[in-house]
Amino acid sequence: MKTSRERIGLALVAIALIALPFVLAAAGTAWVRITNFAVLFVLLSLGLNIVVGFAGLLDLGYVAFFAVGAYVYALLASPHFGLHLPFWLILPIGATVACIAGVMLGAPTLRLRGDYLAIVTLGFGEIVRIFMNNLSAPINLTNGPKGINRIDPFQIGALNFSASDTIGGLVFSGPIKYYYFLLLVLLAVIVINRRLQDSRIGRAWVAIREDEIAAKASGINTRNIKLLAFAMGASFGGVAGGMFAAIQGFVSPESFVLNESIMVLAMVVLGGMGNIWGVIAGALLLSFVPELLRYTVEPAQRALFGKLLVDPEVLRMLVFGLALVLTMRFRPAGLWPETRHRREMDENRA
Amino acid sequence: MEILLQQIINGLTTGSVYAVVALGYTMVYGVIQLINFAHGEVVMIGAMVAFSVITALAGSGLPPLLIVLAGVLAAIPSCMLMGYLLERVAYRPLRHAPRLAPLITAIGMSIILQHLALLAWGRNPLAFPQIIDNRVFSVGGAAISTVQIAIILLSLVMMAGLSGFVYRTRFGIAIRATAENVHVAGLMGVNANRVIAATFVIGAALGAVAGVMYGSYYGIAHYTMGFNLGLKAFSAAVLGGIGNIAGAMLGGILLGLVEALGTGYVGELTDLCDWPPAHDWLTAQCADGGNFVLFGSNYQDVFAFLMLILVLVFRPSGLLGERVSERA
Amino acid sequence: MPEVLLEASNIGKRFGGVQALKDVSLTIRSGEIYGLIGPNGAGKTTLFNVFTGLYPRDSGEVHFASAPLNLASPHEVAAAGIARTFQNIRLFGNMTALENVMVGRHVRTRAGVLGAILRTRAERAEEAGIRRRAEELLHYVGIAGHAGDLARQLSYGDQRRLEIARALATDPKLLALDEPAAGMNATETAALRRLIEGLRQDGLTVLLIEHDVKLVLGLCDRVAVLDYGEKIAEDVPEVVRADPKVIEAYLGKSAA
Repeated sequence: MKTSRERIGLALVAIALIALPFVLAAAGTAWVRITNFAVLFVLLSLGLNIVVGFAGLLDLGYVAFFAVGAYVYALLASPHFGLHLPFWLILPIGATVACIAGVMLGAPTLRLRGDYLAIVTLGFGEIVRIFMNNLSAPINLTNGPKGINRIDPFQIGALNFSASDTIGGLVFSGPIKYYYFLLLVLLAVIVINRRLQDSRIGRAWVAIREDEIAAKASGINTRNIKLLAFAMGASFGGVAGGMFAAIQGFVSPESFVLNESIMVLAMVVLGGMGNIWGVIAGALLLSFVPELLRYTVEPAQRALFGKLLVDPEVLRMLVFGLALVLTMRFRPAGLWPETRHRREMDENRA
Repeated sequence: MEILLQQIINGLTTGSVYAVVALGYTMVYGVIQLINFAHGEVVMIGAMVAFSVITALAGSGLPPLLIVLAGVLAAIPSCMLMGYLLERVAYRPLRHAPRLAPLITAIGMSIILQHLALLAWGRNPLAFPQIIDNRVFSVGGAAISTVQIAIILLSLVMMAGLSGFVYRTRFGIAIRATAENVHVAGLMGVNANRVIAATFVIGAALGAVAGVMYGSYYGIAHYTMGFNLGLKAFSAAVLGGIGNIAGAMLGGILLGLVEALGTGYVGELTDLCDWPPAHDWLTAQCADGGNFVLFGSNYQDVFAFLMLILVLVFRPSGLLGERVSERA
Repeated sequence: MPEVLLEASNIGKRFGGVQALKDVSLTIRSGEIYGLIGPNGAGKTTLFNVFTGLYPRDSGEVHFASAPLNLASPHEVAAAGIARTFQNIRLFGNMTALENVMVGRHVRTRAGVLGAILRTRAERAEEAGIRRRAEELLHYVGIAGHAGDLARQLSYGDQRRLEIARALATDPKLLALDEPAAGMNATETAALRRLIEGLRQDGLTVLLIEHDVKLVLGLCDRVAVLDYGEKIAEDVPEVVRADPKVIEAYLGKSAA
């Protein structure tokens, strides 16, 4: 099916991705970490893309599912409760809990019109955060605003993800190990997304996005199918949250504010709602641009004005806000729009 | 009993502010079915502008009332301009785009405004200068302050004024006609663009005053204050029936009351020590007058959201509104 | 006499103060083309929306294929075997023509999330079947050449055909067409007429709402006339055409 040129291209991409962390490590381990967080956000964006891009449901509280996954991991693998379950057990648990949370939120609200759903999910995201902040009394579940520390890193047999190993002269630092793990998860998530998109369920999602009434009349149980999108998106968020907790080593409610939801939404919207590759590109772009700004704008300001006028964090949020507004105004389908048209034509030719 | 009365007074105060902010959401929604997410930020900017002016004039020796008035008078046109620009630059170009597009733009504008305010006024809250002699009166054992009285009265005046405007004037009729049906109103000679812009501007003007009231009640204004206030006011608008002006007022005041009473009593109600003893372990926790409070007053912000979700689930049309669920 | 496919009794529907439908009863028999006509605002589309579960009704019952029809959910109506098109065409604009029809197969297929992720043998077989059937249907309505085009880019007439193909993909017993000839020129209307006649020959029952009275009277086996939400006539076209109440409804009192 694939031409030899495509094979060679794929092989080159694979080699580049495998070599990447060592190149980055040469520039500083910080860049490996930044890349890892970028991949985490790609995962989140792909999860949100199912909800917003495929099914057309605006979820503004997506970070809540990320938070649920992170806290599940933190509680089951840290000294807080003295539990130390292995990560391969916790990640599915986190996904399941997030999925249940998604269904509980979606079941009563998905019959509402889109904009109401947006507000309700927004409120839900805030509620989850308020609970994380306050569930330190009367029983200390979440340790409140201080968050949970000393979370276990991933461990496979003797391989510890927080320590460095030297194999064949190459230094595999903790972040590099996580990078490879994230890459594997990302690959799996991309395959899952692609397969879902080209399936009976995926078509039903897009049909609902395009015209809910017509979708109903065509025999789609819109409520269940929407709930499915919500549940799938939530599970992805849960898995990403678990990995976030392990990589970061601590979690606190501060990591799960509304701005994070907005950020993921901006990635999906800028890249192109519904287009997997576009969403990935959007997530990478919006992950790295603020980091580049951090390394360029800050020194530039200090050099020019002798002090910091615009905090890079503020700049980052302004970039996200502008990305949302300008994309909707000038390129509503995103920078890399969905190309069902061409895809179909290619298949016909083949 | 005093607590009850006190919470009712507090609830009425915040509720009046919610009601005035809710009017901004409901008028825009009524006319173009858009949730103007950025409305909360407009309210915040009103508070910031007013506080800046008031702080600048605080040492001038002018009468305090005049200073506050100057602050409000500076905030109103700033917010009106902001409301107009929002509509003109961000929303109008998207009027015929799919529903999701203006909503996403609204979120983007909200983020942009919030962080521009952060740039302009910094990360620290602005404090309300101590210029007003905020006297406290005792009513049946509960306390009510001058500021509270002023907020409630001013809100009532604004709500009455808006009702009069919408129901008695020609332009008010045009607004209601546009809300009913944009196309037919257009055929009858109503300039829809002007009406839509007007709802933004009027909402923003009311929001400016609400921002000042809210800020002076709590004594501070902060660049993040618009988010929570906006969300609560929106909840109030939905509670009353979005698109319905009387509904927004009712919803705002009800929400304020629920929030105040909820915050005041949730601790007592969820203190398991006051419940029938369930388990030895719990009894031990409660010994010597101990408490076992599940949810304390720190859950204040949850009430509005819970109410919003409950309303949307059980009566999506709100108390006074028409049905809003997906229609054919 | 052929068996009854759909039997509606005493359907009532109010919108606020307007009685849009008042005790409407009608019977559609298997294999016929049943026309529903009436002046503007007579309640035709409302009745249609009630039959297909999009509007809740205030009163009345519908039996379909000798079983009570659950009108509360449109997807169950589709599953029971009623498919419809819309007066103001409702396609999935950003999906291709082929995908639009494939969506129509949803209700007759089963694959879920797990099957899709694992690409099980059953799922792949089902997908292949969906695609094959969708291609057949595009061919049947005569737009096979546009399979890969986005629905919103099709010409008006082709969009009408695509909507019919999508409806047919649900394997309906009754196909309900809401003003399919609206906005069509004479050539397109003639082609549509051939298409509908073909459907009848293939054993399908058709419910047709139409403004074009000539088309309805020429095509239908039986016709019902609605006026102000009430059924004022139901019979073969020749009888309906001569009914003074019908003439009055269409032309006003003086003409009758």
